Amino acid sequence: MNRADRIIAASSLRPDLAAIAEMIPPDARVLDIGCGDGSLLEYLVRAKNVDGRGLELSQQNVNHCVARGLSVVQGDADTDLSEYPSGVFDIVILSQTIQATRRPSHVLHELLRIGKRTIVSFPNFGHWRIRLSLLVAGRMPVTKTLGHVWHDTPNIHLCTINDFLVLAHETGAHIEQALALIDNQRTRKMDPAAWGPNLMAEGAIFMLAKA
Amino acid sequence: MKAPAENRGQVLELGAENPLVLDSGKRLSPFTIAYMTYGTLNAARSNAVLICHALSGDQFVASTHPVTGKPGWWSYAVGPGKPIDTNRFYVICANVVGGCMGTTGPGEIDPATGEPYGLGFPIVTVGDMVRAQAMLLDALGIEQLLCALGGSMGGMQVLQWAASYPDRVYSAMPIATAARHSAQNIAFHEVGRQAIMADPDWKAGDYALAGVKPSKGLAVARMAAHITYLSEAALQRKFGRELHDRNALSFGFDADFQIESYLRHQGMTFVDRFDANSYLYITRAMDYFDLAGDYGGVLAEAFRGTKTRFCLVSFTSDWLFPTSENKRIAHALNAAGANVSFVEIVSDRGHDAFLLEEPELFDTMRGFLGAAASVKGIA
Repeated sequence: MNRADRIIAASSLRPDLAAIAEMIPPDARVLDIGCGDGSLLEYLVRAKNVDGRGLELSQQNVNHCVARGLSVVQGDADTDLSEYPSGVFDIVILSQTIQATRRPSHVLHELLRIGKRTIVSFPNFGHWRIRLSLLVAGRMPVTKTLGHVWHDTPNIHLCTINDFLVLAHETGAHIEQALALIDNQRTRKMDPAAWGPNLMAEGAIFMLAKA
Repeated sequence: MKAPAENRGQVLELGAENPLVLDSGKRLSPFTIAYMTYGTLNAARSNAVLICHALSGDQFVASTHPVTGKPGWWSYAVGPGKPIDTNRFYVICANVVGGCMGTTGPGEIDPATGEPYGLGFPIVTVGDMVRAQAMLLDALGIEQLLCALGGSMGGMQVLQWAASYPDRVYSAMPIATAARHSAQNIAFHEVGRQAIMADPDWKAGDYALAGVKPSKGLAVARMAAHITYLSEAALQRKFGRELHDRNALSFGFDADFQIESYLRHQGMTFVDRFDANSYLYITRAMDYFDLAGDYGGVLAEAFRGTKTRFCLVSFTSDWLFPTSENKRIAHALNAAGANVSFVEIVSDRGHDAFLLEEPELFDTMRGFLGAAASVKGIA
């Protein structure tokens, strides 16, 4: 694959996934938890030559990934991370999934154990549009990013950026990088402790390591 | 039972100098191995794919069976342009040790006595089958397999290959299998063996000398086993309570129901192509299989440090080698830090699904083999 192909492949990724891909060094050993249809994993394997594995809840997605030539197992982040040995992956990715786990704190513990570094991305429930929607309509917000009604959503543990900072601190995670997702289109470095991102960012991407 | 060599594919005599040392401690020296190959071995000798057959299978994976005249047992999957593409890969399939299609087994002549082995044949294990295949690969000058794959007992051999010869298996695809035979599986096999041994024509295994065959016993064994290969739903859909060639119950013990007639047919046709003593030995080999047992009871230890890429496949309605058993292997491989994929395919056709036309299985094969081939630079 030449350089031009790589650029095309990267731009075909969703902006948040492209930002995650940017954070990953070539040839790394990567576990993508909740890898979905394998878009990010396939890009990382092809363009960055990573040794990539996936864990995915939906069997249909798993079968699709394997048919694409990716190494993916069916499994549940809530229950199946304990079987992985400690420190075997350079980077563990949990993209847009932590809010759908039953025990986010346990999952984060496991991520930090399995990977030397952990990338976590999630939608920011502190975004002004969500706050405004709740304030004005008085109902659980349904937005472009979070399109489910409250009684029929996989997102059972939504949080704000500030909430996540508390969890990361409690879990003993050190924040190495923090990116804000703006308008679901671009990312920029943020100071997570500042008040701005928690109001203005639609999502966040953190690179963590055990403190 | 000894059939002309031209009906058994290619045949090699091995182990004359270095015997095949069996898990029981006994030795086979020399022994014969009968195998088929498809496609062409490339110059780098890097495109070899070993297919391991199941209990009642043989080396005729993709060619007309010499006894039944039927297409090869995996002809859906193996051939030019097929998921296991013989235009790209050099496919090898060998009859297992203990078998009855040309590889040394209980029906062959014991060089020590000049008579068929019968029950004098040593007990063989899945490990012994794999050791014999490794000797075949040595003879063929193949250091590493691009992939070893197989279903059921074939999958057990694939797991054993990966555990015993990790450097010789670049990728492994065990399908509808288990790392150990369960109590229920052993139970069904025991029913089959007892049916064979209860047939007066079995003659304590020496039926060949008497010029007879325990066909009734073997047919019953096959009938019982065949039920375990199908799902309840598939049986009901295919046969229900439909009557066979009649409009009313006969008030007797003829095959009133279609399912009875079907099973009788399965039993009768099986005895034409399979040897009763081989059935005893091969079912025993499966019963003895417990990969974790060889590694202190910890399955992950069997795969510690492995570089082999694995892809496990199970079928939702397979109750003989259920998803849970296949998943157990996936968990152990994860624990060993191995490169593993696991695919569960929705099918109502039971254990037999792995032998049938299952598009999702074929997509998985193409994806997995294709990824391995591209890493190894195979065109």
